[in-house]
Amino acid sequence: MSDSRNVWVFVEHDVGGDGSVIADVSLELLGKARELADRLGSEVHAVLCGSKVEGLAPTLIAQGADLVILAEHDELEAYRTLPYARVIVGLVEERKPYIVLFGASAVGRDLAPRVASALRTGLTADCTDLQIGDYESRKEGKVFKDLLLQIRPAFGGNLIATIVNPKGRPQMASVREGVMKKAAAEPTRRGRVERVTPRFEASDFALKVISRERRESTLRLKDSAVVVAGGAGVAGPEEFDLLRELAQVLAGEVGASRAAIDAGLIHHDHQIGQTGLTVRPRLYIAAGISGAIQHRAGMDESNKIIAINTDPDAPIFQIADYRIVGDLAEVVPMLVEALRDKAK
Amino acid sequence: MPYRSVVLIKQVPDTHNISGKVMTEEGTIDRGALPAIFNPDDLNALEMALALRDAEGGTVAVITMGPPAAAAILREALFRGADEAYLLSDKRFAGADTLATSYALAQAVRKLGEADLVFAGRQAIDGDTAQVGPQTAEKLGIPQITWAEAILGIDGSKITVRRSIDRGTETVECALPCLLTVVGSANEPRPASVRRRIEYKLASTSMEYKTLLAKWPDFGSEEALDAWLAERKLRIPVWSAADIGADEARLGLAGSPTQVYKVNFVVLEGAESKDVQPTREGIAGLVDELVREYIVG
Repeated sequence: MSDSRNVWVFVEHDVGGDGSVIADVSLELLGKARELADRLGSEVHAVLCGSKVEGLAPTLIAQGADLVILAEHDELEAYRTLPYARVIVGLVEERKPYIVLFGASAVGRDLAPRVASALRTGLTADCTDLQIGDYESRKEGKVFKDLLLQIRPAFGGNLIATIVNPKGRPQMASVREGVMKKAAAEPTRRGRVERVTPRFEASDFALKVISRERRESTLRLKDSAVVVAGGAGVAGPEEFDLLRELAQVLAGEVGASRAAIDAGLIHHDHQIGQTGLTVRPRLYIAAGISGAIQHRAGMDESNKIIAINTDPDAPIFQIADYRIVGDLAEVVPMLVEALRDKAK
Repeated sequence: MPYRSVVLIKQVPDTHNISGKVMTEEGTIDRGALPAIFNPDDLNALEMALALRDAEGGTVAVITMGPPAAAAILREALFRGADEAYLLSDKRFAGADTLATSYALAQAVRKLGEADLVFAGRQAIDGDTAQVGPQTAEKLGIPQITWAEAILGIDGSKITVRRSIDRGTETVECALPCLLTVVGSANEPRPASVRRRIEYKLASTSMEYKTLLAKWPDFGSEEALDAWLAERKLRIPVWSAADIGADEARLGLAGSPTQVYKVNFVVLEGAESKDVQPTREGIAGLVDELVREYIVG
């Protein structure tokens, strides 16, 4: 089979109350894959692994897939690295897609590097944008047409790098949940479903999942209309409590930059930024956050941004709608008071 | 029972503390101007390996790939309790992406011999990819347990680990050997011990002999210094591409499928912003405006 220009999306799903549901990040990736495939004049294929997941196929087609490759097996019910990697690597070797996209979730970040290594191809983690474009290699005196341009912040978020993979195939990238926007579903779209039979080796079952413990906490942060986030400028747990109080008054949620997570002020589920969540609230209050691009990548599409920082040169002020140069320990209680007064 | 552990560590520029001086006028980064540190998650990986050894016996070896200066974190690992340290350094390793890096590391782990456990930090702060751990496991043909939080048990043939997943944790049981990537919240890394700091102060790679000889001319020659260090088990071996039996085409820039096409220093768009005074009146005015524009309330 000749090399295709097809764009694949690895579909993640989760067992919900009434059966399996497709992860948001996979639906978002299908929209992006559709855009890339249209540009390449090729197809979008959704790779769906699991047990009794056939029912998810129509949704994948409605969200942009031309073909759903369905790999069902009891051993694929709960995600485990090796059986999943076995299936994906086998399919890629057989069908040679041009691009394979993964969600940069706990599953995607575990699976994609394993797969890329087995295929000896490149992988770019946590992309914030994906485009199709040409790359001129001066060293080789050659233009590579229609490559996947994999754009991501680099170097602790201080630069934006465009990464290409001129010769390795497929070109692989991961994207965080919330970074790409989900396209509107088109229930009348037509697509095919093709069933494949997974084959395993005994060594694929070296790992057993004994138990899973769920903790639901970040879902609300992602969809909250108001987010109050703290960073390196938050002096300690007491100051972080001020932010919680402000969030409560605004019926919002608290988030944090990586600095606050590293300082142990809040669980890493609350991290906003390139390696955390992407949020687009109506109001984002950044308290004591300097605004490294890595953080901004997760919040700069917020409708209104209020920044509070003692450093008048903090980069966050350059994207803020309202700049408050001052100590958050003083400013935040004033905000709480003014809001409570208004509510009376 | 005793286990043989290998910990993969990395020296990284301290990207969490980037100041103006680090950015050049062309908008590139002057790596030399950034302090080089022990990658934070790798300290947690080392601690997990050391704690296991302290409980069960065995040895902990650390490996890093990097320039000669990366020997600093190998010494740091020895100060904290590692038993052996190895430096992979060769210009053929330079420019490696995660695929080429994991290939070199896997070759080095193989050269060290039978490891029961390989540990790595979840991710390095200069790239944040979290790819080298899983890719090294693949190259070694062993299972991986990413985002490990704690070892719950180990019995000679299998290990039980609690790991972090999206919105929760899971407990897994895995056959040995396997590779674990360790999250920053897993443990509190022990500090360097004063005794070990004195003991391993002179631990050196051959790449550092010139500097050492300049300080201690009494040794006379590199050979004499080498023999003296070897006798005291203070010689940190340096392995080249040839030493680890690597296929050069799979190393460094040549072995890296991904290339950096371009790098942009981010120019922020000047939003139309308003200054709000940090006073009661200023804040009250802001809240009035937010309510008026239906942003709150």
